[in-house]
Amino acid sequence: MPGYSIFALVRNALNYHENWQQAWRSPEPKPEYDILVIGGGGHGLATAYYLAREHGITNVAVLEKGWLGGGNTGRNTTIVRSNYLWDESAAIYEHALKLWEGLSQELNFNVMFSPRGVMNLAHNQHDWRELNRRVHAIRLNGIDSEILSARQVKAEAPILNVSQDSRYPIIGASMQRRGGTARHDAVAWGYARAADARGVDIIQNCEVTGFVIDKGRVTGVETTRGRIRAGRIGVVVAGHSSVLAEMAGFRMPIESNPLQALVSDPIKPVLDCVVMSSAVHVYVSQSDKGELVIGAGSDLYVSYAQRGSFDIIEGIMGALCELVPMVSRLKLMRQWGGIVDVTPDRSPIIGRTPVDGLFFNCGWGTGGFKATPGSGHAFAATLAAGEPNDLAGPFSLDRFRTGFLIDEAGAAAVAH
Amino acid sequence: MFLIDCPWCGPRSQKEFHCHGEAHIARPKDPEAVSDAEWADYLFNRANTKGVFFERWVHNHGCRRWFNVARDTVSDRILAVYRMGEKRPKVKR
Repeated sequence: MPGYSIFALVRNALNYHENWQQAWRSPEPKPEYDILVIGGGGHGLATAYYLAREHGITNVAVLEKGWLGGGNTGRNTTIVRSNYLWDESAAIYEHALKLWEGLSQELNFNVMFSPRGVMNLAHNQHDWRELNRRVHAIRLNGIDSEILSARQVKAEAPILNVSQDSRYPIIGASMQRRGGTARHDAVAWGYARAADARGVDIIQNCEVTGFVIDKGRVTGVETTRGRIRAGRIGVVVAGHSSVLAEMAGFRMPIESNPLQALVSDPIKPVLDCVVMSSAVHVYVSQSDKGELVIGAGSDLYVSYAQRGSFDIIEGIMGALCELVPMVSRLKLMRQWGGIVDVTPDRSPIIGRTPVDGLFFNCGWGTGGFKATPGSGHAFAATLAAGEPNDLAGPFSLDRFRTGFLIDEAGAAAVAH
Repeated sequence: MFLIDCPWCGPRSQKEFHCHGEAHIARPKDPEAVSDAEWADYLFNRANTKGVFFERWVHNHGCRRWFNVARDTVSDRILAVYRMGEKRPKVKR
């Protein structure tokens, strides 16, 4: 497939952009594959790509019930960071961040990764102590992280209200300068195109309706486009993980909640880093178009409706107006919800299930986008070998039986 | 966002309430006798149903009392509200 380049751009400009090649094929599903990946979001497509690239397994299909990146990949606030407290989390999120850094070149697709810095604010003494502890833990893991005073916070993000008389006074912040944002759709499209170029079949509008299980071993799936056989199957379906687990006959420690985000009307550049606050529960960055991209907390009840409650919007906007007073003059253009798969310890589940040959990669909850490359990389290794690699190992489903939980609930810098 | 018909206070905004997850989970009668896997199933695994789901709510900015709700988790439509201790009602989506 011809690559994207400045020369291709010029050549196609001369042809009025009428001759651009298809980014990926849409083949009919074959009756059998070596490995099936269920779910055509960022994580699933990355899994397929790394199966082909790292492990040479190209007889692979990605099954997507809707369209590529139409779920949480297209519904998040695009923040990328690796400032996690625990070693196991730091390892996989930092692995992802390192992959982000070279991703546009590797995929020959501009994913617009912008390491503009991610700031986490502290508003009270407890926040401040936790933040200091986390910054030191992160640095011990060899990951960049620094502490900013309130004055430095103001210098980095002048729109913030750092007055000590404010409703949410800012004591200081942590900063990960290598963190930032990326273009969410481009991540799905870039991985899809690169996987397709290596022979992976990407099959959209193909919903899995059941598993074919023979003596405790999965041998294929029933889909809306017929039965497809495969020796190994990887399920990467985020909010619908419990639904697919039920089809396969087991239960998961997951609850699916709506998580909302909103964007304002576009304005001139006012914010060149990501600002997050777990105490007031808001995170905000400015897109290249100029919109403020605003994230909120999740609704704390099970729902598969891809929308959220107005009281969550009210809470987040109230907090944001206190933190960034100029926001009160902005209009909100769009609001949407995605269904996030939340685990009891707020860490993902990657690896084996009670059914042989059936692997799950889920439970990324409210923070899966940042992990996309690392998650796909680790899950591809797991599917290729039939057992979890070192990065995926600690995130086994079995940890809920053994008790080796990775408790990121309060530690991951964002309240859940 | 939806209205919840509190059995004691009548219909109120959902923001007055807090959801406490799946209803009708029975604690094993003899915790010493169950295996780690069974205990994990009780403690962590959830139905997380797409469709009719039975769950517990508390009216924490109102009467502070608990009750159960049957809700369609696809449409967020509430199908039944019933008191703690009562059996699951028969409901249709």
